[in-house]
Amino acid sequence: MAKYLARWALIGLAVAALSSCGYNLLQGNEEAVFRAWADIDSQLQRRSDLIPNLVATVKGYASHERETLEAVIAARARATQVTIKAEDLGDEQAMARYQAAQGELSSVLGRLLAVAEAYPDLKANQNFLDLQNQLEGTENRISVARQRYNEAVQTFNFSIRSFPYSLTNNLFLHLKRKEPFRADEAAREAPKVEF
Amino acid sequence: MATRLMAAAPTAGRRAALALALALSCGPMLAALDVPPLSGRVNDYADMISSSAEAAMVQKLEQLEASDSTQVAVLTVPSLEGEDLEGFSIRVADAWKIGTAENDNGAILLVARDDRAVRIEVGYGLEGRLTDLLSGRIVDQIIVPNFKAGRFDDGFLLATDAIIGAVKGEYKGTGQLPGSTKTGSGRSLMPLAVAAVIATAIGSRRRLLGGIAGGLLVPLASLFMFAPGLLTLLMIPLGFGGGWLLSAMGLFRGGRGGRRGGGFWPGGFGGFGGGSAGGFSGGGGFSGGGGGFGGGGASGRW
Repeated sequence: MAKYLARWALIGLAVAALSSCGYNLLQGNEEAVFRAWADIDSQLQRRSDLIPNLVATVKGYASHERETLEAVIAARARATQVTIKAEDLGDEQAMARYQAAQGELSSVLGRLLAVAEAYPDLKANQNFLDLQNQLEGTENRISVARQRYNEAVQTFNFSIRSFPYSLTNNLFLHLKRKEPFRADEAAREAPKVEF
Repeated sequence: MATRLMAAAPTAGRRAALALALALSCGPMLAALDVPPLSGRVNDYADMISSSAEAAMVQKLEQLEASDSTQVAVLTVPSLEGEDLEGFSIRVADAWKIGTAENDNGAILLVARDDRAVRIEVGYGLEGRLTDLLSGRIVDQIIVPNFKAGRFDDGFLLATDAIIGAVKGEYKGTGQLPGSTKTGSGRSLMPLAVAAVIATAIGSRRRLLGGIAGGLLVPLASLFMFAPGLLTLLMIPLGFGGGWLLSAMGLFRGGRGGRRGGGFWPGGFGGFGGGSAGGFSGGGGFSGGGGGFGGGGASGRW
């Protein structure tokens, strides 16, 4: 009887030890962060790709809004230059720079769309409406992707600090904590278009 | 979830194990209360659609799923109660998981009556066909003008047709679109199972001992599964009760002749609660198949 019980207990402990030291779990969590990041990155890229078309369309109707149009082009160029590699997601300053560049682009884009409100012909233009829909869709995707990235970061950061995974991480993996995406004031105001 | 556990646990311990599993699995699910339950393809909670139009829509959408496996659901709510349309929409999408897990081919038409707001939420797999641009046109050119004129049935029916037209044929005979990886909500219940076994083993001597072991081990096991917090404290009485009960049922006493051949874990716990497996039910019932959404689609107001 006692022997039988001891065997069960041993099997149980061994399984618990193997499944809960978290070696694979931590790496899985880090991969989830990378995946979520890649999603944000591709959505931001997609937004960037929409801009030349949008600028060209607006220019056709509102050419004397040169200042706003140039600001958008300049912000896009800057945002394209500031990139971040997956390894640097733990680097607070690199993340801040990246977010600032994207945030600036968001805010000038918002301004451009606000300017467009003053041009009835532009607002009635199907091409412009389509671009607006695409831009809105992309902004929404960015915000969903950002939220999911932050959730993945939170899970990961918590997992490398919680017992017993913290031991595993300190002894074997040495994974670094990741920076969440902070919504700054500029980025929070995604171009919102009223119909 | 519960059925697997029931199959895995021996007869005598079923009820206690089930109670424990339920208590544990319910905790983290209490969050999103606002998403209304998925009751069918057309969920007209705001009472905007006449019954004949609803029947026609359901029929069209059933046909679509039968031919393409694409799922489209409609939801109307009386009000967003101050919530952001896009935020609510993605929560509904995440909860309902419309579309198949492999193809993410689902879409939801959401209408908030008093907010006069409408959104088409598009699953990952349909984004190539039902693009933001096209969703936007459906909203701007079909739904908004009809709703503005008070022709709600027309708006819903024409929008249904347009959505079906847009998504038609997207998945015919391909395995091209990579299914996005599903992160199921399931956590491994292994630590809990281990705690239960040890507690029961100890409790086979004396029930009280089993209860104490449960009271100690279950909170410990819960630390492996959830963040430490109030839940952990809750686990102490729960574990005590569970340990006591399991001991009282005496898994390890008598009649264990057939138990030796590894009957306790038929390899089941590992994949336990794996989240969203495919789930098409025939016979009138309707449920999402695990489709993923990433915020694609378009919104509008009338």
